[in-house]
Amino acid sequence: MKGNVIKYDEKNINTDLIIPARYLIKSDPDYLAEHCMEDLDKDFILRKDQIGASIIVAGPNFGCGSSREQAPIALKASGIKCIIAPSFARIFFRNCINIGLPIIEFKDIDEIHTSDEIEIDFTEGILNNCSTKQKYKILRMPPFIQEIIQSNGLVNFARNRIL
Amino acid sequence: MGFTITEKILRDHSSGDVSAGDFVLANIDKCLANDITAPIAIEVFESIVEGTDKSVYNKNRVILTPDHFTPNKDVASAEQCKILRDFAHKNQIINYFEIGRVGIEHCLIPEQGLVSPGEVFIGADSHTCTYGALGAFSTGVGSTDLGVAMALGQCWFKIPESIKFVYYGKLKDWVSGKDLILYTIGQIGVDGATYKAMEFTGEVIETLSMPNRFTMCNMAIEAGGKNGIIIPDKITEIYLKNVGNKKYKIYESDKDAEYFKIIEFDCNIIEPQVAFPHLPENSKPISEVDGMKVEIDQAVIGSCTNGRLEDLKIAAKILKNQTIHSNVRCIVIPGTQQIYLEALKEGLIEIFLNAGAIVSTPTCGPCLGGFMGILAAGERAVSTTNRNFVGRMGHIESEVYLSSPAVAAASAIKGYITAPNYL
Ligand code: SF4
Repeated sequence: MKGNVIKYDEKNINTDLIIPARYLIKSDPDYLAEHCMEDLDKDFILRKDQIGASIIVAGPNFGCGSSREQAPIALKASGIKCIIAPSFARIFFRNCINIGLPIIEFKDIDEIHTSDEIEIDFTEGILNNCSTKQKYKILRMPPFIQEIIQSNGLVNFARNRIL
Repeated sequence: MGFTITEKILRDHSSGDVSAGDFVLANIDKCLANDITAPIAIEVFESIVEGTDKSVYNKNRVILTPDHFTPNKDVASAEQCKILRDFAHKNQIINYFEIGRVGIEHCLIPEQGLVSPGEVFIGADSHTCTYGALGAFSTGVGSTDLGVAMALGQCWFKIPESIKFVYYGKLKDWVSGKDLILYTIGQIGVDGATYKAMEFTGEVIETLSMPNRFTMCNMAIEAGGKNGIIIPDKITEIYLKNVGNKKYKIYESDKDAEYFKIIEFDCNIIEPQVAFPHLPENSKPISEVDGMKVEIDQAVIGSCTNGRLEDLKIAAKILKNQTIHSNVRCIVIPGTQQIYLEALKEGLIEIFLNAGAIVSTPTCGPCLGGFMGILAAGERAVSTTNRNFVGRMGHIESEVYLSSPAVAAASAIKGYITAPNYL
């Protein structure tokens, strides 16, 4: 997987910032995507599109707060393909995998900047910052996790397996 | 390098060559949902099997316990329960527990011999961590995970690192498993064990009764733990024999297992604890609390934390020939039908009624602010439950103080929070 980075240095970016509660009245992913991150960065969509970013890099404890599944759904629908942070809130982490959004725990976020191009090899567990030409080790994702992501989430994964 | 009991159980239920930090797709032995979480899990399950003739992965291994708002408190809860009942019929679920047989899930399941050492057990309820007391890997999951598990018989986990808690010394009078766990959460905080396995060990745990062990593992989640776990021993085996559970595998942590942290507690200094609103970590020793004369309106003795026979016996011992304070409503809730029946046979129910308490059918009821004892604005309850969050037992301006059954019973007599040794 390859993509450009949009970075937020803040720690504890909570699910209220990712998708404010006032938008939970609808569950349509595209509607949620329109309002994704707007309380943290009202130009998120604009900036992301300008630099063609599909990877969020953020500070520790990303996704804390309420366990709403709409948070990863909004991020995914807005075109985000991967989230990288030193740590994640536990339920957010689980929700991401379950909807098929890859998520990577990575301590050295200081080494990554907005607009960097990143390439990730989940099978080998390598994060390659193409812009700085630095490679880092990350946790390998076993085939079944990759299968969940390729299936677009846990429910489809299960359906594929029983069919 | 050795492994912890948690790692070993998950290794044996998955691809094997894994340790803390790795992802596994584990085979699960049992899965559980209740009247709140099952309807969503069932919806997920139906969407997976839609258009096929597939049923649940194993009809003996899916457990459904309508216990939160039952006996159905209103139309909405009746509709929820009907979803469970219809699903159970359609899928021929053996362990669907109707009113008359149902109890609070985490009291009921061990009592029915439905969980064994060495198993991987998931439940769509955060207090599923209770069964770690039997040496199982047992944890709470979301309704989506549960729906998938009902179809596949599998669930994915990131194997947790373990924190080893060592309790040494001798317990003071009236100090129970509840006090140990409230003290522990007070020391490490409500996020002190986030995502970690909490392994309870030491000479104090080795002599602790099964009900007290269940209480401790039950509240692992209140410190953020993924699971609580105690290595099975003679006490576990006697319990299993009594509930007719014969087939199981005992795992132990290796001597050279790697721990994230080891934390030791000297039990000689631990007093009965009370967790003040609005977090379980706000625990204070009773010697400090007694002098504060915190007046209460209600005392609740029950829940998946402290609704077992041993808990009721302690409460009855204190309430015998006593009268509940005129300002206090005392509500006793046996955890299961069997506990209720035993309490009746042993004369405990009579003691409660004579003291002026009420005794309810098994239900979660007031523990989550459902029914059977909701608090008004400004009211205070001392409760043997596990959460004292804002509004947990009713109005957002009400307060819950968590304690052991001994403290709750003594407080019900006095009208303010105290312990039996101050009576
Ligand atoms: S007794 Fe309370 S904590 Fe336990 S399962 Fe019921 S609602 Fe949850």
